[in-house]
This record gives sequence, structure tokens and C-alpha cells, in this order.
Amino acid sequence: MSDPLNALVGRKPKQYDGPDSPRSVGWTEPCRVRLADEINPLPLDCGETIAPVDVEYEVYGEMNENRDNVILILHALSGDAHVAGWDAKAEEYGRLWRKTRPGWWDSMVGPGKAFDTRKYCVICSNVLGSCYGTTGPSSTDPTTGRQYGLRFPIVTVGDWVRLQERLVTYLGIERLFAVAGGSLGGQQALEWTLAYPGRTKLAIILASSARLSDQGLAFNAVGRHAIISDPNFKGGDYYGGPTPDRGLAIARMLGHITYLSEVSMRQKFGRRYRNGNNTPGFHLGIDFEVESYLQHQGQAFVERFDANSYLYISRAMDYYDAASWGEGDLDKACSRVDSKFLLVSFSSDWLYTPEQMKELALALCRNRKPVTYVNIPSSYGHDAFLLEVERLEPLIRCFLEGGLVR
Amino acid sequence: MNVRWDHQAIYEIIPAGSSVLDLGCGDGELLSRLIRDKGVHGQGVEKDVERVIECVARGVPVYHADLDEGLAGFPDRFFDYVVLEKTLQVVHKPLLVLEEMLRVGRAGIVSFPNFGHRDIIASFVRTGRMPITPVLPYQWYDTPNIHLFTVNDFLDWARTKCVTVERGLSWVDGRVRSFEEGDVLWAEEVLFVVSHLRPDKY
Repeated sequence: MSDPLNALVGRKPKQYDGPDSPRSVGWTEPCRVRLADEINPLPLDCGETIAPVDVEYEVYGEMNENRDNVILILHALSGDAHVAGWDAKAEEYGRLWRKTRPGWWDSMVGPGKAFDTRKYCVICSNVLGSCYGTTGPSSTDPTTGRQYGLRFPIVTVGDWVRLQERLVTYLGIERLFAVAGGSLGGQQALEWTLAYPGRTKLAIILASSARLSDQGLAFNAVGRHAIISDPNFKGGDYYGGPTPDRGLAIARMLGHITYLSEVSMRQKFGRRYRNGNNTPGFHLGIDFEVESYLQHQGQAFVERFDANSYLYISRAMDYYDAASWGEGDLDKACSRVDSKFLLVSFSSDWLYTPEQMKELALALCRNRKPVTYVNIPSSYGHDAFLLEVERLEPLIRCFLEGGLVR
Repeated sequence: MNVRWDHQAIYEIIPAGSSVLDLGCGDGELLSRLIRDKGVHGQGVEKDVERVIECVARGVPVYHADLDEGLAGFPDRFFDYVVLEKTLQVVHKPLLVLEEMLRVGRAGIVSFPNFGHRDIIASFVRTGRMPITPVLPYQWYDTPNIHLFTVNDFLDWARTKCVTVERGLSWVDGRVRSFEEGDVLWAEEVLFVVSHLRPDKY
């Protein structure tokens, strides 16, 4: 199966493992569970509580008898619980984009893949504030009977992990074998080791850091500005009417620029014109391939994402700072952890740079925590954590196996 | 290539329970044995991604970095031992690497091929070409050994930097023995345990 986007930018079509492939987890179904209600609301870092909270999650592979083979995968900004395989409920839930592609990390999760579902039970849940089945700004506020919109409380990475802990406990798992994620997902993995020391044996953190840089904060701010200044935004109460698509698309376009690198853009687009005869069209519309790519990414995104969720999740990304566990001192924070770490950066990633990852690796080293840090040479930029499968596969497989024998 | 006699020697020298930083740890074999058998707190540093993956497979914690860039971020005197097992001759900045070894470690263990060995000198004099020996089996154009030096060169460095040689071992005719004066001609490879006379400097 191929991705229509590839045809658009003239790339080699991406090959997916179909639902019947022995390397695919096959057809998947989302699960839902209520993990906070009026009696037991979820406390939030902002000081408020929230209830009810429903969580959408997916499970692949079998839990063993001791329930000690469970890997919790954490998704990034625009991700969801659908990590691998083909969504059997895509039509029913109106998630039509899932009909043409498998889960977002299908290349890494499945039988015989890095996260081998023949050995491990893999779980992923959608974060609080998102729009893929877990309670978020588009859910109904029980106090008003209307959708939350901007009345939804500010949520943090810490809140997400607190909710994931409820899910893990609900599923009867005392100790996770591993937590793993890239980008904002990597920060959740790190938060797991800090908030619940000893609850995970291994932590795999890719293309991430202890905190977002000022440059990253700046990009997020512009993205939110684009959404909020869209005339359809209406203070976040746009549900039932026209949605702030233009603003959300701009935020996504901006995001995509930060996910690529200068080199990967040059390799992908090479200043090519869309008209194919390599001459300017002398107009202000879409003329270059790179413009066309960004426009497509923006359009595809508004069809599957809620603008309010983008505001909340990007804000959680801004606020995350692992050093807060050590009163601002990352070394002190890292003294808490009791897991083995695999940290991976990518040489051309300028959103979460190798330097930032090194800083985290050294903070762990200085606490004599077992940490492996790898900087993978790659031209793909931040997106590399989704694309450098050939490099990541042996690394992650070996790290997990190393965790099994010891 | 001879057996890695220095590998075994380092394994025996390092006491159980100590902390060890292995610079240029390769596939992590030494560290994995030290961690497994001696309860050592071990950390490797390696620049080749493929070898890093081999370390990971052995369960050895490894930091992917180029030694020529130094060890900034590792605190002073943080490790009981810092190991440079046949690594010094392949780095671009051997002096920086030695200084960093002395800074982050209480003691250093350094092993290297001795370019002053009589066979090497004889081969060089006889052929007029870069010597190829069991210890140095490479052609001039494909050798990873870019800074070849002799036992005497190393001891000169130690003297000028106030570095104490606490122990020396020589690999002579397929056997290990204590380092002796004049081994510059006889030892194919040597191993020294060194420490800094003035720890306050670091």
C-alpha cells in the first residue's frame, strides 16, 4: 500500500506492511476506559481536578503470566493510541485517513520488528487534551453540557503520565518492562522514570530532551497565534460551526519545517517547481514543490486534528521541564530515577538537538545511572525518529534484549 | 593478532565494586565482564555507532562520543579507573585524551603497542618501509594507528606531566611480565597503571 503524498512530491512510494502481512499486528481496535470520575477525579498540575476522564488505548501482543513484558509507548504532539496495524474501526469512528495507512510507528512495532509483539505486550494511550478518544477540549464539559473549548484546564506532561499510571494500574501491571517515545513522547517516557521511580525497568527516549529550547517555544507560540487569530476560532467555541482550519494548517506547516532539516528539504524538493518545466510561474500561489508539500501537510492535518487540542498539547510541550523534579537542577532530578536508559538523538535534529540530549545523558551519568546515549547520523532532522528504522531497529531490539537477560 | 592479553590484565587489576570508564570501549566485552563478574559500575565511551550497538546488546551502558572532543560534563575524579585499552594511538589528540583520563579518573590504565620493539626497528631498517607485525598488522594507508609512539615516549610524557607510573606490564614473546628498564626493545605491547601526582590540579 502506498501513501498518496509520495506521488505528490515525486518520491519513491512508501511501502507498508498490509493487514495480512506476517510483520503487521493486523487489524486493530481501540479500547476505551473511564479512569477518573466525580468520586475519583484526576488531580492536575495547574491545581484543578478533572472528571470524567475517558482514555482511548490500544494493546498489541500478549501479556505474559507475570505481566512483566509490557512496553508502554508514548505518542508525540499529533499522535494517537493507534501505533501499529490497521484500524478496523476507521470507518465507524470517522477516522478515514487511517484507511490508507497503518499506525504511526508501524515500522517499529509488530511481529519481528524492534518492539517485537511476539515477545512484548505493547500499549499506547492517547494523551489528555487530545482529540483521539481521550477526554479533551472537544469533549462535553459536565458542568455546562457543552464542549469544553478553552474552558478545558491546562494539562501537562506530568498530568498525562499520572493518567497513564492509572491505566497501567487498571490493566494490572505493577512494573512496566519499558516506556518508549520520541519527541514529546520521549519527554513522557522521561517523566515516567521521574514521577514513578522503579515502575519501569527500561526507558527509551528518542529525539527529545529534558526541556524544549527557547527556539522551540518560539515556534510553538507562532503556531498558536495562527490558530487563535483565525476568524473562525471564536475563542475556542467553534464546535458545530466552521473550524479554524487556516490557522491550524499554518501551525502544522510551521511544525513541519521544524521536523525537517535543511539537507532533507533540499534532497526532497531541490527548489523544484510544481509545473515540472523548472521555470517560475510568475504568480504568488503555490509554485514550488516545498510549498505544495507544506500545503498538503496543512490540509491533511485539519482533516484529522482539533485546533484546541493543538493549543493545549503544544502548551504542555512548552511547560515540560524534567529539572522541576530537582528544584530546577536536572542533576538533582535525575538522582530520583531507577531505570536503565537508552537516549537517542539525530545529528540533523534542530528542534531537540543532540546537545540537549547529551545534557540529559550526562546528568544521568553523573548520578551513576545506567545510560546509553547514541547520536545517529541522519539528514532527516527531527522526523528521523520515525524514519531511521534501519538504525533504530537493532539498537532498540538489543537494548530490550539486554534488559531481558539482566 | 595476539590474544588480548591486556584485556585480561585490566580485568584482573580492577578491584570488584569500583567505578570504571572505558574510553574507546569497542564492543563492550571488557566492561560487560567487569559488570557481570565484579559488580563494577561501568560506563563506556565509543565513537563508532556499530560498536555502540554491540555494547547495547551486551547490556553495557555506553556514551556515543568522540574522545578527541574531550569529556566535558564528566566530573573530576569521578571514576576509580579510566581505561585506554589500545586506544591512545588511534585518537587525533592523544594529549587531550590523556589529560581528560587523569582528570575524570583517580587512576588510568593505558595499554598500547610499543613502536620501539626491536623487530619493528629491524624491519624498518631492513626494508625501509613501515613495519607490518602481528601487533601492527596494517599497511601505512589503512592503519587506524595514527599516533605511533614508544614506551620511552610515553614515560617521557609521564615525567613531564608529574604522572606516576604505579605499575607496568610488558607483553614479551607471548608472555606477560612486569615492565623492566630497557623493555623499549623487547615489549611488543605494554600496559601502565598511572595516576597524577597532584590530584589537586584537577
